[in-house]
Formats: sequence, C-alpha cells, structure tokens
Amino acid sequence: MNPEKPLRRVGPTGLAVALGLLIAVLVGGVLVGAVGLAPGRVLAELVDRLPWVSVDSGLSRQEAAIIWDLRLPRLVLAALVGATLAAAGAAYQGVFRNPLADPYLLGVAAGAGLGATLGIVSAGAASPIVPGAAFAGAVGAVLLTYALGGVAGGGRAGTTLILAGVAVAAFFTAVQTFVQQRHADTVREVYSWILGRLSTVGWTEVGLLAPYAVVSVVLLLLHRRLLDVLAVGEEEAETLGVGAARVRLVVVLAATLGTAGAVAVGGLIGFVGLVVPHAVRLLAGTSYRVILPLSVLGGAAFLVAADLGARTILAPAEIPIGVITAFVGGPFFAVVLRTSRRGWGP
Amino acid sequence: MTGISARGIEVRYNGRPAVAGVDLEVAPGEWVVLVGPNGSGKTSLLRALAGTVAAVGEVEIGGRSRGILGRRRAARLVALVPQDPVLPGGMTAAEYVLLGRTPHLGYWAAEGAADRRMALAALERLDAASLAGRPLGALSGGERQRVVLARAVAQDSAVLLLDEPTASLDIGHQQQVLDLVEGLRQERSIAVLGALHDLTLAAQYADRLVLLARGRVVAEGPAAAVLTPEHLSLFSGARVVLLSGPGGELVVAPRREAPGEERGWGASARAGAEE
Repeated sequence: MNPEKPLRRVGPTGLAVALGLLIAVLVGGVLVGAVGLAPGRVLAELVDRLPWVSVDSGLSRQEAAIIWDLRLPRLVLAALVGATLAAAGAAYQGVFRNPLADPYLLGVAAGAGLGATLGIVSAGAASPIVPGAAFAGAVGAVLLTYALGGVAGGGRAGTTLILAGVAVAAFFTAVQTFVQQRHADTVREVYSWILGRLSTVGWTEVGLLAPYAVVSVVLLLLHRRLLDVLAVGEEEAETLGVGAARVRLVVVLAATLGTAGAVAVGGLIGFVGLVVPHAVRLLAGTSYRVILPLSVLGGAAFLVAADLGARTILAPAEIPIGVITAFVGGPFFAVVLRTSRRGWGP
Repeated sequence: MTGISARGIEVRYNGRPAVAGVDLEVAPGEWVVLVGPNGSGKTSLLRALAGTVAAVGEVEIGGRSRGILGRRRAARLVALVPQDPVLPGGMTAAEYVLLGRTPHLGYWAAEGAADRRMALAALERLDAASLAGRPLGALSGGERQRVVLARAVAQDSAVLLLDEPTASLDIGHQQQVLDLVEGLRQERSIAVLGALHDLTLAAQYADRLVLLARGRVVAEGPAAAVLTPEHLSLFSGARVVLLSGPGGELVVAPRREAPGEERGWGASARAGAEE
C-alpha cells in the first residue's frame, strides 16, 4: 500500500468524471437548439475551425452564425457563471463554516437586484448600463456588510458578518421594492432579470464576465488549502499561524467579484452556489482541495445542462433558468443527501 | 533551545479579569503543570501564551517577543492542544495532522512530500498510523486525543501547550497520552506546559507545579510543596487525603464524607498526609 494514500487529494477519477460530464453537456448544448441543425454538420462546422483542418460542413452562412454567435457564447457564459457561482458558494461555506452559506449570503443578490432595478427603471432593460449597475450594487452591498460587521462586532467575526449581511440585504430589498412600486411598468423586466437569464447574450457578455470569473475562480482555488485550515475554527487556525479574518476578507472579495460579474450578465440564478458544492462534498469528500476544483467543473456542467433544458423543454419558448436550477437541483440534492453517509456534523 | 516565559499576563473578558498578573517560565525540556480549580484561569493563561486571546503583558518565546515574531513564526515555535479541539467529522486523521505543517508553509504554498512524510511520521510516533485514513468522526476519545497530539507533533514546535489533554479519557488512556508527551519531551527537549485536573497525575508527571486560583499564582514548585492541605482547600473545598504511593509518589485521593462527619463546602480542608 502506498503510505501516502490517505493524503491523496483530488483523485484523477473524480476530475475525469467531472471533466467528462462538462464536455458531454457542452457537446449536447451545441448540438441541440431551437433551430434544428443536423448534428453531423454542426460537429463538422466546429472541427473546420481547428487549425490546419478543413472540413466542409455544408451549413449555410446563417446556420453557421447560429452556432458561432448564438449557441457557443451562451454555452460559454453558462459554464463561466456556473463555475463562478459554485466556486464562490463552496468558498463561502468554508470561510463561514456554515452549510447554508451561498454566494448571495452577504447581500450580493439584494445589491445587484437594486442596481439592476435602478438601471432598468432609468434606462430600460436593454440598456448596456444594467449589468454595470448590477455589478456596482452587488459589490457595494458586500462592502457595506463588511463596514457594518466591523462596527457591530470586534474583529469582523463570521457570525457578525452574516448578521450584517442579513441587515444589508433586507434594506436593499426594501429600497428595490419601493423603486419597483413607483415604476410598475417595469415590473416584468425586473422580475425576469431576477429569475436569471442567459437568453440575450453574445460574445460581449462573455468578454464582460470572463476577466472577473477567471480572477475569482483562480484566487479561490489558490485558497483551497487555507479553507481546510479554517475548518478547525478561527482560534485553532490562529495557533497554526493563519489569520482567519484576513483569509476570510480575501476569499469574500474574490468570491464577490466573480459573483457580481455573474449576476450582472446572468441575473440572479439561484441554487447553483448552494447545491453544487454540497453535492460534491457528499460524493467526493469534505476537503476543500477536492470540493473547490470539482465544484468549478460541476457548477459549469450543471448550469450548461440547466440552460439546455431552459431553451429546449418548451421550445421555442424559454423557461427562466432559475426555475430549472431550483426544479432540478432540489430533488437531485435530496437524493444525494439521502444516499450519502457523509455529512457536515461530526 | 527554546523555552517560553511570560511576565505580567492579564486577560479580561468583558472587563472581568480571568488572569490577573501571572509571571511564568518554562525552560527547554521542562514539564510544568498548571493546576487549579475550575475558573482559575488555566485555559485563559494558555490562550494568552498561544496568542489566541487579547492579553496584557509580555510573552517571550526563545527570548524573542511574540509580538515581534508575528503569528506564523510564533506558530512554528509554539503548538497548542486545545481542551475541546474542533474536529471536522469528514476530515481524515492524516489530513488533520497535515494541518500541523501550516505554519511552515507560505500563504499560497501547498504541502510537499516532506510535509506529508512528517505528518505520517507524527501519526506513527503516537501509535496512530493505522488511523491515517479514518474520518475524525469515527474515532474514539482516546484515538482522537492521539490524533490531536499528532497534529501538534507535526507542527514540530519547541513549546507544547496542553489544555486538559486527558479530559474525557479513561485512566489507561490518560496515562498513555501523558507517557507519549513525556517521550516527546525527552526526545526533543521541548518545553511542555499543560493544565491538568487530575492532581495525582499532575504530581507524577510534572517537574514543577503552578497552582492558579482566581487568575493568580498561589503556589509554585515541586508537587509536595504545592499540594498541601491548605492549597487543596482552594478546590471548591475538596475533601481529599494525601497518600504516599509504593514508590513514594504523591497520591491525592478523594474521600467521601462519612455520615455524622461535619458537612458542607469549605469545611473539609482537613486533608492531611497519612503516612
């Protein structure tokens, strides 16, 4: 027996399964759509773009545009949003040692909601300022939570921050409801934004999110060992030479950047940040060295699959992706919870 | 060689003093045991030395101030085994012990093969190698305590602080844990400062006892000088007899009051050495 076996981290099997899943849903996502294109031709069209390969797909220019300008950016965006939200959720659960933590814990959702509502009310749902306003609202809400948590309790302890987040979220939601009431004509747009949407995106949105998503996910992945240290609590982490408050600040900032970017382009897609890390934890183990990388891949695969459902189940109509993630994620999570013996408690 | 010394340590919780001006020194290779009734400030003193609670006073590790050393370098020199460690149920023993290598790693660094070897060697040193792959949630009390000690061993510190390391263990496991600490102390001449409730074990393992009451040092020195009837009355008016074991070692034996004897808290400071 290999003596280091108990210390092996992400098994190659786990990574291969997650990666295989992601590739499978990505291929499925590009093949299936509202417009029926022959799968063989779609694949040929993709292969044709590889360097030094030339295949004639036989697709018209318009059909090729459906693949390159509609399906692919949407797939890439779904993958980026899913990966970011799942990584942020896993990291939040780690720094707050709280199974209920999700990326929206410290007021990101309420802040983004208020920002987006203000943007939609003042400039219309299609305006390019809406994502920017949502992003600013999300980051602003978390900064306010940190400021409030610092004033309220010494050392910005985890629980104090969570409670400050509750207060900030309640306040922002109240303001958002008020603004919405004053502009009843925009209720529909605001509501559709809140339920999440990936339907109107192109490469521009991918370009907007990608830098935030990449920086956020990479930073969070780099903290996976320290998240394991925090699992023994703040005081013991201190005796191991780790400043819990500082790690939490860096992780929260990284998660906030990514989450704010994701909600700015995709709306408030719920459930991904909560369910994906838990499913990974239950299936693959409780170390963040396993949970974080697998959540990134699993979150991307989950949201690509959910989006595939959102645009095909009632085609040509679309179901809001937030409905799909909750509708599928809830029962799936219940099954994982029942069939697994690994839990949070001791 | 690195010992630890403290001068004028004061710890307050919401203004209420828990430690009220304690001076203490533990030399390299020395084993000092803190004794005292519940609430006498043993845990707070250990936390102050470990730097996990705000304290007034000066702590020096190997002659250098803790404040100047900083959190990470101090953690390389001082390991704390807390009274009630947090044990994430799904984490394996080996993963947990590997956390002991944390102060030796940079912020972004990952453990290397040498760190993994040290973690497994620490488990082996505590006769816990077979527990490596087991989740912490599935360990018994004695196994758990050995794994927690193994984490401190992997930390490879010069000073070991132990807060009630034998609480909740049966008497055999209590001795086993203390023997392991004694072995480490001899091997690596580490300075050991531990709080113990069991006065007999304290008397037998310590080079020196420090008796705390109400946050102050009441007595200090060899067991026979500290465990006197007068001092033992500080323990909530305990009724005990001081006996001498077959090897001349001190035994503090609790004694139930017989019917008709004088009753009441604090009325039983009449413990006396019976030879």
